[in-house]
Amino acid sequence: MYAVEVHNLRKEFVRREKGVRTRRRVAIKDISFTIERGECVAILGQNGSGKSTLVRLLSTLLLHDGGEARVFGHDAFKETRAVRRLVNRVSVEASFFKKMSAAENLAYAARFYGMTPRQTRREIPVILERVGFPSDRRGEAMEHLSRGMQQKVALARALLTSPVLLLLDEPTTGLDPRSKLEVQDFIREMRALHDATILLCTHDMAEAEALADRVGLLDRGELLFLEPVDDVKDRFGVDTLEEAFFAATGRTFEDETEEDKDREVFA
Amino acid sequence: MVAQAAATIRHELVGLGGVVERNWYLVKRYVWWEIAFFLWTCANTLTIVFIAKGIHAPPALQNELATKLLIGGVIWAYLGIIFEILTETVSWERWEGTIEYTFMAPLSRPVHLFGMGLFAVAYGVVRASALFVVIASFFSLHMPDANFAAALLLLAVASVSFIGIGMMTAVLPLISPEKGTQLGFIAQGLMLVVSGVYYSVDVLPQWMQWIATISPATYALRGIRAAILEGTGAQWADIWPLLVIGAVSVPLGLYVFRTGERYAKRHGKLKRSG
Repeated sequence: MYAVEVHNLRKEFVRREKGVRTRRRVAIKDISFTIERGECVAILGQNGSGKSTLVRLLSTLLLHDGGEARVFGHDAFKETRAVRRLVNRVSVEASFFKKMSAAENLAYAARFYGMTPRQTRREIPVILERVGFPSDRRGEAMEHLSRGMQQKVALARALLTSPVLLLLDEPTTGLDPRSKLEVQDFIREMRALHDATILLCTHDMAEAEALADRVGLLDRGELLFLEPVDDVKDRFGVDTLEEAFFAATGRTFEDETEEDKDREVFA
Repeated sequence: MVAQAAATIRHELVGLGGVVERNWYLVKRYVWWEIAFFLWTCANTLTIVFIAKGIHAPPALQNELATKLLIGGVIWAYLGIIFEILTETVSWERWEGTIEYTFMAPLSRPVHLFGMGLFAVAYGVVRASALFVVIASFFSLHMPDANFAAALLLLAVASVSFIGIGMMTAVLPLISPEKGTQLGFIAQGLMLVVSGVYYSVDVLPQWMQWIATISPATYALRGIRAAILEGTGAQWADIWPLLVIGAVSVPLGLYVFRTGERYAKRHGKLKRSG
């Protein structure tokens, strides 16, 4: 059984403009791929390419418009409860109740996964220590913590529920180099110690290359390839993923058109 | 099978406790704001009850009228708290950006909403009781026959219906992130205007009186007034309509919320912005 199995998955967004006229944008265009249990797959793409939409579809936060997606055999759109037990995520925005402390935020998230106050009193200090969060600051309001610190708490939130599928949506964007390395080390640890399957969506090519077994390129909703990094380089006869992107799309990775910006707003 | 069901129930109860616990954390963290809002509610209720003081009438009649207005003001405030907290199921989570994490968690939506409702009722009763005591003391109102136990019982039974209607308004910020919360206040106002919040339902036009028969606030206000002013117990004539409306409004509220959630998932609105 695959950890993730996606067949012809399609997602469109419709927006109403000027009251009546509607505009339709395909965010995910009939993509198919699989991820083995314990594998780490990175999906690269520019802003508006559909990475976050893919993560939100697998997180049961969106309904699809075609195809299917399964998480450990469970239909992501019909068996949402079963899928939710298996999945957790870390996004670019740490997203917490700002006035509540790290410990309170973690306890709140853990209750939804059935963890009792006794369990969280025991587990939260251990997990915060593992992600390198100073234990004497766990009672401090989140709004007083740095972005890097907040992202560590976000990792702790994901780890606390022992997910077998971890969805990472730009987890290191905006972090300083040291925090970035710490988060990357933690992702490796999650995989090694917890047998977690990881889907990493990022636009950081070096990060994708460093962490993933296979790298995919999502461009304007289309999955152009999903292969080991060396195979990608061989396929296009290039030395870097940046060059592979250029060879596959005819654009540089930094080159965002109005269409790309529009897609980002749309999704 | 039984063990699995027991584990699921345990999981749901832990989750329900988590919702209540989180709301309590937020009340503690925003305690000065809570005090400020309480003062605002006091001021608002004072403006209503002072109307009785401006009427030239014998002291006993003035006392009765002031108490009647106070009950209306307190129910208005209570309903406001219930609707506000239930609406925060979506609006506060969206504002903080936690909505995606909460809505992808394996807790059933009815239990999630019921947890919000449970906290809303507990917190609402404390705030409404404090408001009642403060304003009654301010005007030195006499309520020698008051049956507060019956009044609280009626409020508790009516709260089931209020939670059901609150669930329907809670979904509005999912459909309209900008204006959805305010629409909840409109629902609150409309419900109370047809329910005789400061007056008897008899003074309403006939068509409004028909609507009043399906409003839970009508029976709550009538029963609570009778309990506090006349000392009557909780009357079956008030209880059974509340039970019927509650039995209809809670499933309907859950259905409306679920429909709104599906709409939000279809259109990508179940997220931090937009």
